[in-house]
Amino acid sequence: MTTTIFIARDSTAIAVGADGIAAQISAQCDQNQHPVQIARPGSRGMYWAEPLVEVEINGVRHGFGPVTSDAVAGLCDLICPLDRAPIDPKVFKQHPLYLGDLSHHAYLAAQQRLLFARAGLIDALDLTQYERLGGLRGLRRALASNSQSIIDQITESGLRGRGGAAFPAGIKLKAAAEAEGVNKYIVCNADEGDSGTFADRLLMEADPFQIIEGMLIAALATGATRGYVYLRSEYPLTASLFGQALVLAREHGLLGPSIYGSSHSFDIELRIGAGAYICGEETSLLESIEGRRPEVRSKPPLPVHHGLFNSPTVINNVLTLASMTSIMAEGAQAYHDLGAGTSRGTQPFQLAGNIRFGGVVEVPFGVSLRTLIEEFGGGTASGRPIKAVQTGGPLGKYLGVRQLDVPMTYEDLASAGGLLGHGGIVVFDDSVDMAQQARFAMAFCAAESCGKCTPCRIGSVRGVEILDRIKTGKNLEKEIKLLDELCVTMTDASLCAMGSMTPNPVLSALTIGPEDFGLPAGSRHPTES
Amino acid sequence: MLKMYQPQADFGTPLPKAGGAQVALTIDGVRVDVAEGTSVMRAAVMAGVRIPKLCATDRLDAYGSCRMCLVEIEGRKGTPASCTTPAQPGMVVTTQTDRLQRLRRNVMELYISDHPLDCLTCPTNGDCELQDTAGEVGLREVRYGFEGESHTRAVLDDSNPYFAFDASKCIVCSRCVRACDEIQGTLAITIEGRGFDAKVGTGTSFDFLNSECVSCGACVDVCPTASLTEKSIIKLGTPRSETTTTCAYCGVGCTFKVQTSGSEVVRMVPLKDGKANEGHACVKGRFAFGYATHADRITQPMIRSSIDEPWKSVSWTEATSFAADAIRHAQQQHGIKSVGAITSSRCSNEETYLVQKLVRAAFGNNNVDTCARVCHSPTGYGLKTTLGESAGTQAFTSVAKADVIMVIGANPTDAHPVFASRMKRRLREGAKLIVLDPRRIDLIRTPHIQASCHLQLQPGSNVAMINALAHVVIAEGLEDQAFISNRCEGDAYARWREFILQEVNSPEAAQAHTGVPADQIREAARLYAGAANAAIYYGLGVTEHSQGSTMVMGIANLAMATGNLGREGVGVNPLRGQNNVQGSCDMGSFPHELPGYRHLSDAATRAGRLSWIPTPAIASPICLMRR
Repeated sequence: MTTTIFIARDSTAIAVGADGIAAQISAQCDQNQHPVQIARPGSRGMYWAEPLVEVEINGVRHGFGPVTSDAVAGLCDLICPLDRAPIDPKVFKQHPLYLGDLSHHAYLAAQQRLLFARAGLIDALDLTQYERLGGLRGLRRALASNSQSIIDQITESGLRGRGGAAFPAGIKLKAAAEAEGVNKYIVCNADEGDSGTFADRLLMEADPFQIIEGMLIAALATGATRGYVYLRSEYPLTASLFGQALVLAREHGLLGPSIYGSSHSFDIELRIGAGAYICGEETSLLESIEGRRPEVRSKPPLPVHHGLFNSPTVINNVLTLASMTSIMAEGAQAYHDLGAGTSRGTQPFQLAGNIRFGGVVEVPFGVSLRTLIEEFGGGTASGRPIKAVQTGGPLGKYLGVRQLDVPMTYEDLASAGGLLGHGGIVVFDDSVDMAQQARFAMAFCAAESCGKCTPCRIGSVRGVEILDRIKTGKNLEKEIKLLDELCVTMTDASLCAMGSMTPNPVLSALTIGPEDFGLPAGSRHPTES
Repeated sequence: MLKMYQPQADFGTPLPKAGGAQVALTIDGVRVDVAEGTSVMRAAVMAGVRIPKLCATDRLDAYGSCRMCLVEIEGRKGTPASCTTPAQPGMVVTTQTDRLQRLRRNVMELYISDHPLDCLTCPTNGDCELQDTAGEVGLREVRYGFEGESHTRAVLDDSNPYFAFDASKCIVCSRCVRACDEIQGTLAITIEGRGFDAKVGTGTSFDFLNSECVSCGACVDVCPTASLTEKSIIKLGTPRSETTTTCAYCGVGCTFKVQTSGSEVVRMVPLKDGKANEGHACVKGRFAFGYATHADRITQPMIRSSIDEPWKSVSWTEATSFAADAIRHAQQQHGIKSVGAITSSRCSNEETYLVQKLVRAAFGNNNVDTCARVCHSPTGYGLKTTLGESAGTQAFTSVAKADVIMVIGANPTDAHPVFASRMKRRLREGAKLIVLDPRRIDLIRTPHIQASCHLQLQPGSNVAMINALAHVVIAEGLEDQAFISNRCEGDAYARWREFILQEVNSPEAAQAHTGVPADQIREAARLYAGAANAAIYYGLGVTEHSQGSTMVMGIANLAMATGNLGREGVGVNPLRGQNNVQGSCDMGSFPHELPGYRHLSDAATRAGRLSWIPTPAIASPICLMRR
């Protein structure tokens, strides 16, 4: 009997050597004359275990990871023994990289996966497998329903935009449905540029049909006939996989002039960015799709009224659109039952930075930051104490160790001065230089500013210069005062979040690590930031 | 009239489209009623409140980049930009608080931290919005110092003969780029680079001269600093006085302020209130004013008795006596009809009127004619015959409401550039374009514009083409029955309909004459007839042909058959050669027509008050028109 071995075809897994491990195992199996099939699904998001090798025995997937090149030979003795000797899962336990039956692995079992339920389990480009594990149920219900009831379902579910702004998804759909326009568009923002985030990429590589299905549901809700997926250029594998998924979707009648034989027409075009963080800002993204220089547009008008090509446009993050599939499949109530406060459903938190078990952790809102970092993440990778945690991407505040018990909801995190954003969590141990981090924030803004508004264009450059002068220790008080003044100006006067939120990491770095700026410890009260 | 130089008033954002409701709001305690869609900034100016601004100007759509115009609005978070915030009912706006003052000063401080401090030697010293605004917001120091990154060493681009681009003074407000895009429609310049590196660039070209730039000067006009400055200003300084006048270069007739220092022209600035140009100009009107002081210009009266004699400068009295004597002498010798005059369409109505009156009252004959004779007399005749008036049917602004634009025998981007910019703006907004021209004019394919149909007909086949278009309209039932029955003469229409349906007028028949495939003619006819508003613009390619009058009538018939007359966005629009063709014709410059197109044979006219009309015996006009 042929043994199936699963090794993720996923950007992160490949970055840490998955392709090489797959080739090595394949060669070793040939040598051992053990017939194996190497399957390449997406990743389960346990990035700390990649390259993760799973061997399926009697329907159970036994995991080993992270598998290094040196470990392959020993591993193969267990999973594809010479001359078809019987595989004995009982001896797996003795292997140092053995992770057990992955479906029961604590990292996954403690999660409540809706978006990532299929990730790593199915062949990303197999629509039949997608459907077998619950895919397309939401779309079928949407097709059997009407615009208003889809909007009602999404509204009642409490789904909010996962890109960072957390705008209620149902209201956006409703506004676009009511807006007048010959053409309407669904735009999927896959320009995942926040540092420490990778959920969009993982999902697009592991379960691309879910995004297509979500966009179709949004299209049915609004009457849109055309969709765009705007993907960052740094994700070439994602582009390839998602592009193939679009072709397959068209072949299966999921996209095209008549969606599954209905009177609805919808097609999706994949657009690749050119390496600008600002294109993740929705109006810049629209400018970019239109072929223009991606400068931020002033609002109003809102994209739902005058968006892409001046037409009503729903622009949502990958995860928001994908979430619509399970809401439509399971009903609004089931989704709303999860979460806390006005943050409903699940959020895929992405653990990154100095963390032992980095990866995607999809749990209902309300989990504490400490649970995520300590229980899922296992603390710092270095083993040193945590000094700061940046949530919500490069524009999010640094939280200190005293703030780790904050429940992860939009509101609670905001009250703690933090930002949930796209769910990224980047951990730093006590060796971090917060002044350097503050400088990085300003330098990042300077590098990624579109250049349209003055506080961002010039302010970020002056910010870097001030922080460089602070490093010299001269005129410290004056320079800190000027930095504060600059931050007020950038916060209040910038056109978009790029400039207005850059002070978040800068000032919070100052609060958490004043000594790194040459100031006495505790000299900055949190309210000052 | 000569006045003190004063920059034109600026409301910050354009007037919103008409038709919206009125909105009442309060700005700094002043209640103001504005049209829906008006920005808070514009409403503030209307309320007499001036909000500091740099990137905003009422010539361009709101942009929201400079962040100087921030305001506070009751019930709203933060400090929104007043230029991009539409006024809403009941809004309570405050434009001046400590917080706003601090933000504006801080933003200005950032600007000036990357700006040369050479105001006193700067060409626009005293006429600079950056300088004025820095004063307004009370900037007193730049705490960042001047040691940091800056553009103050940027290289000057003085390649263009009329203006210089000094990037060191640029504040990247994008006004120039937006003017080139929105007003002129050439899209020659752009912002290159991101963040601090963002700068005005000329695309793939090295400099302005080698770029797509057509030197219309719109960018120079809107620049709030000395970054884009006329070379005349750099050389001569800012103007002290100005006179409003009309440009005499082409048929658009743009209104300008001639700005002067003493008797020297320093700059030509298009007037925002100018009905033809609304603040826009082309290279000719704006920069080609060297004629004012050219050596060839005649600045004093000169006479000579015969062509082989040199000109002799004399006094006005001597000159007029000499001319009067010579005219009388010729009439005595060769008869009363031996003299005449030709009026110019570059002259004012008053001047033209007086010349024809001179001929009729003093010379005693009707030997007066005008330069319009050789360009648009077929328009006068054709439109009077068909529509009842010798005039185009629309103002230039009408094109902004056209859905389909048909350009026949005209090349507006070259010949009527300021109107072409209006037309291009509408085409970029989505209006469809049909071009009937043997030439591949620029409009056919230019940035963001692509003609739907180019009927590249053989020269001389205009009438065959227009009739074939009309044939398709009637044969396919695309005519506007209601318009025809309400507005057209029934018998005349019936005769025309019968004629136009003849096989000889079919696109297939026209194909042989025009060289244009029949299906293209059908496609164009359907597009024209199917539009909510379709407008025809035509030029000398129609009128300077032996069948010009017939073609003009054919155009008018097509417009009438499809109901494309009598409202904004439609019409039959001649593009004239000079700025006052209409006026010179209106004023009686033709031998057979008195002022107001009253025919000489009209008894009522002759019985009227015009005692100077020559008697019938000597009045037989020399009519050159083919009838």
